[in-house]
Amino acid sequence: MKILKKIVSSSMFSPLLALFLILLFNLVIQPNFLSVEIRDGRLVGNLIAILNRSVPVMLLAIGMTLVIATGGTDLSVGSVLAVASAVSISLIRGGDVNPTADTAMPLIWVVLITMLVGIALGLWNGFLVAKIGMPPVVATLILMVAGRGLTQNITRERSLTTGHLPFGEIANGFTWGIPNQCWIALAVFLLFWYFSRRTAFGLFVESVGANRSAANHAGIRAAVIIVVVYALSGLCASIAGILSASNVRVIEPMNTGQNMELDAIVAVVLGGTSMRGGKFNLGGSCIGAIILMALTQTMYFYGVPVEFALSIKAVVIVIVVIVQSPVTHKFIRREASAQ
Amino acid sequence: MIQQRDARGGGGVKKFIAMHVKIIPSAATLVLFVIVYIIGGVLYGNVGFLTFRNFFSLFTDNTHLLISSVGMTLVIISGGIDLSVGAVAALSTMIIACGNAVEYGPERVGWGWPMLLCVALALAVGIILGFCMGILIQVFNVAPFIATLAGMFFARGLCFIMSIDSVPIRDPWFTALGRWRIQFHDLLSVNPNARVNITIGVFIFLVMLIISIILMHSTKIGRNIYAIGGNEQSARLMGLPVAGTRIFIYTFNGFCSALAGVAFALTMFSGYGRHLYGMELDVIASVVIGGALLSGGIGYPLGSLFGVMTQGVIRKFVNFGNLMSGYARITVGVLLFLFIVMQRIVIMIANKNKEA
Repeated sequence: MKILKKIVSSSMFSPLLALFLILLFNLVIQPNFLSVEIRDGRLVGNLIAILNRSVPVMLLAIGMTLVIATGGTDLSVGSVLAVASAVSISLIRGGDVNPTADTAMPLIWVVLITMLVGIALGLWNGFLVAKIGMPPVVATLILMVAGRGLTQNITRERSLTTGHLPFGEIANGFTWGIPNQCWIALAVFLLFWYFSRRTAFGLFVESVGANRSAANHAGIRAAVIIVVVYALSGLCASIAGILSASNVRVIEPMNTGQNMELDAIVAVVLGGTSMRGGKFNLGGSCIGAIILMALTQTMYFYGVPVEFALSIKAVVIVIVVIVQSPVTHKFIRREASAQ
Repeated sequence: MIQQRDARGGGGVKKFIAMHVKIIPSAATLVLFVIVYIIGGVLYGNVGFLTFRNFFSLFTDNTHLLISSVGMTLVIISGGIDLSVGAVAALSTMIIACGNAVEYGPERVGWGWPMLLCVALALAVGIILGFCMGILIQVFNVAPFIATLAGMFFARGLCFIMSIDSVPIRDPWFTALGRWRIQFHDLLSVNPNARVNITIGVFIFLVMLIISIILMHSTKIGRNIYAIGGNEQSARLMGLPVAGTRIFIYTFNGFCSALAGVAFALTMFSGYGRHLYGMELDVIASVVIGGALLSGGIGYPLGSLFGVMTQGVIRKFVNFGNLMSGYARITVGVLLFLFIVMQRIVIMIANKNKEA
């Protein structure tokens, strides 16, 4: 009984349960859904497709988790993703009018410079929130709007492509049978998990989110923590941007990264992190991203017309959020004790 | 005779700011609007910037933003946020279009209902959705961001379920209403044929503006909204009906969103799921530029009007100057930033004066 109680009250329980239910639903009706097979030394199948396609949102969600844990929100990640994609493809193209199969700059520099751009944009957000004291929604909204404009200016309002195939390998290649994207996501997650759970950093983030002035009085430099957290979110968004550009080797100024910030926030909330700040759950956010993609794939699989997808997403979000709400827990406890 | 003077010479200005904290942001917006308009007049005066037509088009082209900002002002003053306004507005255009059409698209059959019923239904749906979001936020303690985000997804989804493509509105009464104008000769233009058009949407907005001004400044509900935004704990301890007021705010905003959709339909004559994408951000930016603090407690309905007009004038700069549309967005971003900084400075001065 004790073990059962421990499992149920664990923070990973509710997102894993939601994911499990979705997969179970599919497994029962159409066992093919969870197909995985080995072809040419790579793992392919619907399950792998879900994991693979959930990577961009997962990366955004990892960065977003820490931001939400400090009590803020980062609405600019979609635009930062677009800027990063535009920057990386522009650097590869150099000044060429037409896309070629060469790159004007070694890929390692392209990746590093793009990540620096992401960090810089994140630092800007952090500066606005921590030093100027802007509400995070507005501060990141500014970058969201301005970032979209920046992308349009970098790409001169056209879609940019590149023919440089090794760049495409970053996202599309397979290593030991698993897509590269998944390894990158795993690496980022492990790095974040290590620094937030094995060092004091995570504790500082939670304190700043729970009560910023109390954290300050306790000696934690809340402003520094906040700036770092937004910079990390920008970094994650730029990595996601590189992967997105690498995946399809094109950047579309109006479409790339559009609305992804909302998916990231939903993934974090589904994962159990409270939007009020405080305790966060990195693993839960990753599961949340997978849940969103599993939901989308489920709807593709059953030919649910795209129109229904948005409404179903909304209903699932509402159900999960109501179930997670402390009000519901109080209600259940009251009913349980009344009997 | 001993003359006593205030030892702090600079205290005069700071004291003025501290005494008028609440109104300075909105007043600053008005000043900014005038400055930007004058700059526009200098730059583009010879191509028609300084005409009555140009000025009134700030109203006529933005009726949906204006009407929606009325509801959003209440939400933001109460310390919340509503991301669903664009989606609910699009949904009401869809309800009006599909409800009224006899048939549309290859296989869809409309309901063929009379237009008045469709408009009433659209407004009712807006009210119901707003009410549901209010319940989620107040009773279930869901963060307003998430609850209204879900509402946004849900409403957009409903639009696309009704039809993926746009559905034209052909009802003669509705189109006549949309085409109705008050016209008068443009006194500031040299063109003998220049006319100024004022559409029905402007009058709908004026009615809503008057209602919201009376609501916020002369009723208990308005006072409660300011109180909740200022400090919810204190409001609750004072015995104010926090729950009821909050649910009212989101329900009212749902109504305003639906009404904004009706106004938009009166200009576009179509219902479409892709209408008004991103409208929520334009409305929030307008309300913030208009002087409302996102943390709540401060704001004026009239300020939001100035905010919408300022946004409109910036877009006019892009049109008149043939700039890349990317610049319009960057400019709005920069303006938003400068505005918030100014608000922060004003608040900081006010707080320092309180402590002194």
